[in-house]
Amino acid sequence: MTRDVLKVENLQKSYGDLCVLVGVSTTVQAGECVSIIGPSGSGKTTFLRCLNYLEKPTAGHIHLEDMLIGERLVGDRYIPLTEKQLAPQRLQMGFVFQNFCLWPHLTVLENVALSPFRAMKLSKSESLAIARNALERVHIAHKADEYPDRLSGGQQQRVGIARALAQRPKVILFDEPTSALDPELVGEVLEVIGELAADGLSMVLVTHEITFARDVATKVIFMDGGRIVEEGAPRQVIMAPTQERTIKFLSKFHAN
Amino acid sequence: MESDIEKYVHYVTVMTEGLYYCLVITAVSFVCSVLFGTLFAVLRHYGNRLSRLLIGGYVEVFRAMPPLTIFFILYFGLAHAGLHFSPLSAAITGLSMIGAAYCCEIIRSGLVALKKGDREAALAAGLTPNQALRFIILPQALRTSLPSLGTYLIGLIKDTSIASAIAAPEILFRARNLASESFETTAIYLVVALVYLVITIPIAVGVGYLEKKAGR
Repeated sequence: MTRDVLKVENLQKSYGDLCVLVGVSTTVQAGECVSIIGPSGSGKTTFLRCLNYLEKPTAGHIHLEDMLIGERLVGDRYIPLTEKQLAPQRLQMGFVFQNFCLWPHLTVLENVALSPFRAMKLSKSESLAIARNALERVHIAHKADEYPDRLSGGQQQRVGIARALAQRPKVILFDEPTSALDPELVGEVLEVIGELAADGLSMVLVTHEITFARDVATKVIFMDGGRIVEEGAPRQVIMAPTQERTIKFLSKFHAN
Repeated sequence: MESDIEKYVHYVTVMTEGLYYCLVITAVSFVCSVLFGTLFAVLRHYGNRLSRLLIGGYVEVFRAMPPLTIFFILYFGLAHAGLHFSPLSAAITGLSMIGAAYCCEIIRSGLVALKKGDREAALAAGLTPNQALRFIILPQALRTSLPSLGTYLIGLIKDTSIASAIAAPEILFRARNLASESFETTAIYLVVALVYLVITIPIAVGVGYLEKKAGR
């Protein structure tokens, strides 16, 4: 019995004449780890940022379980939500940024506890308990009282993941979480993401790490030119792609 | 010799009363400047076109205005129109109006210096735009602005002396009265200079300490 956590219908995004997403539809089931791969400029990141309305889609609809994201249906008309109305919806979707985006004026613990304390309006002690727990899940509890600039890139990104976890989200969206890291730090972050995937956390992951997508993802989406070219199980999309563009994109990977 | 000491004690006593008013004018107008400056900076940075235009106009006008001009308009000009300011309230109002324009620009530079990701991360964490402003953006912008706000505060202390021209009973006003009674111009104005140094130097040190403490 599978359940859709996220359902995306015909998502489109254009900036003036430039069409970045041509019409993307897909679903993420509970416990799935969906990896989105594709060349730069294929619209992967825009797609991910549209999912929690950091970018406003030009057309299309997003459902998180039963909730319509970013708009409400009045009669047969869709009315956009305000940023304030979006806040409780975004709370249910964690977002991990490529360049971490930790808040430099707060300690690691405060970074992670902020959402439970301010957005979920939990008590201070509950918020801190959630934050400590989240930091333990990414193996960085010993840095709780440091400020982010004292941490390595890999450690900062793990705090970024803990911050998303502390929201108790239904799905976590990862935007190229290892692209800003030195090569030797990539492993520790992928390891943590792999553990969360194994725990059954639903996630969507935009990545250039094809090996990781092959080994950890339950579904791989290959995007190019603002649309989904091919999607399916990793052994199918990565190991036996059928579309010409997918084969070409993966040829470098398979050559190694 | 003894009468000399008595004399100086008298000067210092009179000017200490002036010092009280100097500090009151400085403190009240600095608080108003920072409060309104913050509000204006947020409106100018995040607001719609109309608010950006209005605040922009306000800043340009009041930043260009010499304090003395505003004091005269408030104290003499508005009195003609039937609106009476005391010297003290005219000084505080005038310095606050100019200060709000300056602080708006100082704090706005702090907002501009922030990384775009800070706000996005706050929204993604489920904070409302107001919460993001309160807990993420302003704390950082104000920290960045601290050195410039400190410099502004020291400038403000010195600007209070201009209020002597509308008979606000601050240091320079007292000093001028003393000087016209005693003709000891040099000695009296040297004491004035000393009094200003005694206030501004601890403030400069204090701001430096705050900067260090808020270094993140």
